[in-house]
Amino acid sequence: MSARPPYDEMHDAEGTIRPHYARFAEWMNGTQDARIAQKRRQAEISFHRVGITFAVYGEESGGERLIPFDIAPRIIPSGEWKVLEAGLIQRVRALNMFLHDIYHDRRILEFGVLPESLVLRNAQYRPQMQGIDLPNEVYAHIAGIDIVRAGEGEYYVLEDNLRVPSGVSYMLENRKMMMRLFPELFAAQAVAPVEHYPELLLETLQSVAPEGLDEPVAAVLTPGSYNSAYFEHAFLAQQMGVELVEGQDLFVDDETVYMRTTRGPRRVHVIYRRIDDDFLDPQVFRTDSVLGVPGLFSAVAAGRVTLANTFGTGVADDKSIYPYVPEMIRFYLSEDPILLNVPTYRLRQDDDRRYVLEHLDELVVKEAQGAGGYGMLIGPTASKAEIETFRQRILAEPERYIAQPTLSLSTCPTFVESGVAPRHVDLRPYVLSGSETMVVPGGLTRVALREGSLVVNSSQGGGTKDTWVLED
Amino acid sequence: MLCRTASDLYWLSRYVERAENIARLVDLTQRISLLPERLDPGKSATTAWRRGLDALGQLELFGAARGEIEPETVRQWLMLDADNPSSIHNCLFHGRELGRAQRGAITAEMYQELNTSWLDLAEAGEGAADSDGVSAFLEWVKTRSAAFRGVTFGTMGRDEGYHFMALGTAVERADNTVRLLDIKYAQSEEHESSSRDFIQYYQWSAMLQSMSAFETYRKNYRDAVDPLHVSEMMIFQPDMPHSLTACTQSIHRILEVLAQDPRSEVVRKSGALAARLRYGCMSEVQDQGIKAFLDDFMQQLHGLTQAIVDAFMTSTATGNAGSVEPGRNTGAVVS
Repeated sequence: MSARPPYDEMHDAEGTIRPHYARFAEWMNGTQDARIAQKRRQAEISFHRVGITFAVYGEESGGERLIPFDIAPRIIPSGEWKVLEAGLIQRVRALNMFLHDIYHDRRILEFGVLPESLVLRNAQYRPQMQGIDLPNEVYAHIAGIDIVRAGEGEYYVLEDNLRVPSGVSYMLENRKMMMRLFPELFAAQAVAPVEHYPELLLETLQSVAPEGLDEPVAAVLTPGSYNSAYFEHAFLAQQMGVELVEGQDLFVDDETVYMRTTRGPRRVHVIYRRIDDDFLDPQVFRTDSVLGVPGLFSAVAAGRVTLANTFGTGVADDKSIYPYVPEMIRFYLSEDPILLNVPTYRLRQDDDRRYVLEHLDELVVKEAQGAGGYGMLIGPTASKAEIETFRQRILAEPERYIAQPTLSLSTCPTFVESGVAPRHVDLRPYVLSGSETMVVPGGLTRVALREGSLVVNSSQGGGTKDTWVLED
Repeated sequence: MLCRTASDLYWLSRYVERAENIARLVDLTQRISLLPERLDPGKSATTAWRRGLDALGQLELFGAARGEIEPETVRQWLMLDADNPSSIHNCLFHGRELGRAQRGAITAEMYQELNTSWLDLAEAGEGAADSDGVSAFLEWVKTRSAAFRGVTFGTMGRDEGYHFMALGTAVERADNTVRLLDIKYAQSEEHESSSRDFIQYYQWSAMLQSMSAFETYRKNYRDAVDPLHVSEMMIFQPDMPHSLTACTQSIHRILEVLAQDPRSEVVRKSGALAARLRYGCMSEVQDQGIKAFLDDFMQQLHGLTQAIVDAFMTSTATGNAGSVEPGRNTGAVVS
């Protein structure tokens, strides 16, 4: 790992408090430890009572856990946010244009910006979507873009999530909790609100409904109450005031989707789905799926219902496509990318692969299609045996992996057992695309609670923080 | 509203109500079994608990699972046993699971109440099976149920979901009142002689107390506790919330709101049942025989609940696409 200490969100290199943390530091100095400890306990009890939990795969049935919540906020000054916001919107616009392009004329492949096989042979590419027109030409209506800060404090995009990104309910619940516990902090400075996210989401969904409808009916489609993110599905449906449906509650008749209600069938126009492509329609994708709705694809293809996000968006957030996103931005928008990409080695290329195999102990190796922090090698902290295993895997199937330099993620002060200590954080803002593309100021900050750990995923012991974007 | 949501909310409120009713039934049984032997000669405590199990239709189930009837074992079975599908433990569990599944359809406060009950159950249940811990636990169960009802009343919009919940409460209540009367009558038949009035007094008082109906009784009758009057109140008194008349009235009113067609099967059935109670009287019941009356009522209630499920909770619509009808387990445990 680099010798230089990681970027500290709160203190500069001399240990001075950064201006945007001044108010918080003042408050922390003026508040007794006992009160803070009490508030932390209160937060935990409250999350339990409210039932903001997630299920963990592989645990005994009904394994429910709290995602640990840390009360020290992650604060972003307004100037930095403006740059992030513009960069996020630019990036997601380009990604949606890319999806429209590859499912229509494939201009980008024609121009040779990225290799054809990378797209057309990608497991996430859905040939069925070829030539299907969508409202506003939007494919990924909800995108979660993972951002990290490294080096001298520059922001990088680590990953695009364009399938069914989760976590936005924690962004909203964390804010609610902080406002309840520490109202005085919000009175002392202007923190940009995030509470209107569900409203923006509903607007976004309604703006992409099939044409000619006065009051389109939206619904959230969940795999059911045993899914790890069920809390979020129910939360969003309730906040938007729409039905939370399971596959069994829907049926398709004459390329039209209906819900089974107490008053008979009712038509649905927009479905915010939280089920993966593979399980959505047993007639087209996995035939053994019992979670989906037979005929759903035909209804989407006929333009009788809009699916958010639609089928086949995974081809754009694949880690093998990721290195080409800056080029997409130039190609479609004729703009320079505002946000940096992490330099990425493409293991299918000979010289990249040679370099990576020689420097495995310095690099992070990821599966091109992995998610959730599974199937990943972090060179600097890995054992010799782990490195060897990955070397063999890469040699066997180089195209399955990418490698990146180990970024020294920035740290944020965090309450741990021994007091307050720096822990590594990332940030996931949520970008909505309907008739326009927008971001609520903030996002979900995830924190690796173990000392030195860089893995922030909740399935791997990560926690969350409230994220404050300060207003001018 | 989705058929599945309607079904879940209906069962959710039935489970909450059932937890409370089982608490009341344990309370009644406990009171009767503690009456001194001289007031109930030859009837050991075991008999009281046997009657309690019988009223719930659980005699066989209990025998198979736990064997001999001992007061402690039956208490444990009814209150905290995870193997008993209708134990208070399982009612709280199912109530919370349904609430979790439908947390989008209920208010956050309602879910918090369900979740709190479930999370605190282990602590509240500690020592509950011991004779001296029982009443504290039963109080807790009743309070939790009341808290949920209160929060529901205070926070939930008067939408379809609210009506399905109210429907579940009324159906479960009617079911329970019949079962309690059943226990009491099965017992009275064992004491035919009128010379046992003092036994009657204590036992029927116990019934009133377990139903929190003693005060209402005093207001209405101003006499010593008389079996006939107690039954009359439990069956016909419209302002007694657990009476069969009150329950069937509210079932009918709710169904009139829920059904789009005023001549639909459910409205017709519930109307007929409500009218029978509303315009009935005790002498008629006595002519028929109370046992026969209760059996007959139970049968009609059962028919009505089936009609409710058919009308609102199962959708027969399928598309050309041949989607499969959801094979939904409505979760009936007692009935």
